[in-house]
Amino acid sequence: MSHRILIVAEHDGARLNPSTAKCVSCAAAVPDAEITVAVCAADASAVASQTAALKGVARVLAVDNPANAHLLAAVLAPQIAALAGPFSLVLGPSTTFGKDLMPRVAALLDTAQISDIMAIESATRFRRPIYAGNAIVTVEAEPGAKVVGTVRTASFQAAGTGGSAPIEKTPASAQIPSHTRFVSVSAGKTDRPDLQTASRVVSGGRALGSAEAFRQTLYGLADRLGAAVGASRAAVDAGYAPNEMQVGQTGKIIAPELYIAIGISGAIQHLTGIKDARTIVAINKDSEAPIFEVADIGLVGDLFQIVPELEKLL
Amino acid sequence: MRRILVCIKRVVDYNVRIRVKPDASGVVTEGVKMSVNPFDEIALEEALRIKERGAAEEVVVASIGPADCQQQLRTCLAMGADRALHVQADGVVEPLVAARTLLELVKREQPFLVILGKQAIDDDNSQTGQMLAALWERPQATFASKVELDGETSGGQPRLARVTREVDAGLETLEVDLPAVVTTDLRLNEPRYVKLPDIMKAKKKPLETLALASLGVEQKQRLKLTRFEPPPQRQKGIKVKDAAELVAALKSKGLLS
Repeated sequence: MSHRILIVAEHDGARLNPSTAKCVSCAAAVPDAEITVAVCAADASAVASQTAALKGVARVLAVDNPANAHLLAAVLAPQIAALAGPFSLVLGPSTTFGKDLMPRVAALLDTAQISDIMAIESATRFRRPIYAGNAIVTVEAEPGAKVVGTVRTASFQAAGTGGSAPIEKTPASAQIPSHTRFVSVSAGKTDRPDLQTASRVVSGGRALGSAEAFRQTLYGLADRLGAAVGASRAAVDAGYAPNEMQVGQTGKIIAPELYIAIGISGAIQHLTGIKDARTIVAINKDSEAPIFEVADIGLVGDLFQIVPELEKLL
Repeated sequence: MRRILVCIKRVVDYNVRIRVKPDASGVVTEGVKMSVNPFDEIALEEALRIKERGAAEEVVVASIGPADCQQQLRTCLAMGADRALHVQADGVVEPLVAARTLLELVKREQPFLVILGKQAIDDDNSQTGQMLAALWERPQATFASKVELDGETSGGQPRLARVTREVDAGLETLEVDLPAVVTTDLRLNEPRYVKLPDIMKAKKKPLETLALASLGVEQKQRLKLTRFEPPPQRQKGIKVKDAAELVAALKSKGLLS
């Protein structure tokens, strides 16, 4: 018997977010998975065709509705719940989009949610981190029960492209509330790679000392490496970097090939966010800093001297 | 009465080093310092500030759990909450059960705003607030870093909230009709410290205990937690002495060409 899985696509109206391709990989780990992806948008056509190209996707549901111009949880949840009937597993990414939306869907469906799925062991058995990643728990759902989940994107490779799933225009007949309204989003747009999906990340901590030093010290190096820029919570709290750069338990959980932590001491909440990085480099003047316990390559010294040298050598 | 309901959870203090039990049955919580979930503390602080600005008249704090969580409710009363509700429940309370329970409290208390942490730092689920909003059929504004209410100055009941949220793209602002559910992110505020005289005063504040069953909520456990393990450890790395050695090490790993 195949397991029918519904994935909620994350996108910005024009482009599919890479978190969706990671959800597809997660879903594909379920034995005999039959994967459907729902794209809710004002006009879903562009995102739906990107979704249809993902390998492993059997079907794309394009849900056009003017109310979906901004992806608000209160607006989307009843539509997803209306589509969820035939599916045994309903997944979204564990990004702020999915974290906001999926529990609302689960409550409407009267089902439990499994958050931050990091491994699928069977159609009803999952593994997820708890206590900021200090423990891993195996969670089992009742056989036959519908389950909602969010996918820890750092734990899965993105599904490849080259597929050509059929796209079905689908009305999601649901009562859409008007009590929640989008006002604005202020995004620090950069030309740099996206932090969540970049293969290289240069990240700075409190030791940078100021917003100016943060920019001057890290951005040149990041540009040389073609890297995204991240920050510790301490650096964000101190105002050196905007909140969307925060890496860690309450920020972004990332899994780049190369993570360079500069002037970051390595609080456990930060380490949670970088555990899945392939190679971690730490540059810190305190040789006792906890970041060195997880670093593959450690360099003890003054970052203000080392980083410019490093930039020159690249 | 213009009332705010704040929901808190008793959790292992965030400074405690978490240890998994050798028999894989759970995480060691015996003899370990317990605290109010830090995100819920931020929720209470926000409610108290709204009250101090004059936009609310009463802050009610609620918790679901064993008798011990009355300690954390007393802490909240010492911080400034006016009264506390303890819903007695032993064993696992899944987020959907918590949300159903809170919905019953919402029906009783009729708050114009419910504030709670965006997640508890023990199970890291980040579900309860959203589920409550769904069951209540009211708006949700999760991961809030700023909360503004309309009509605060007029002294009337606020009808709208404008909430800035920390999202992956940056900061998003939503306008929601009240009542609504707000979940708090780290940068919303810095909770106040509790002063000794307030701890004394808190002992006299009302704390009501209710049985979960008396609210008509079934403590259903739908997910079995079958095995707890420590996370895999990373291999111990190497130390290099300068930037040139670092570049060489990165090249040898094939990370630089």
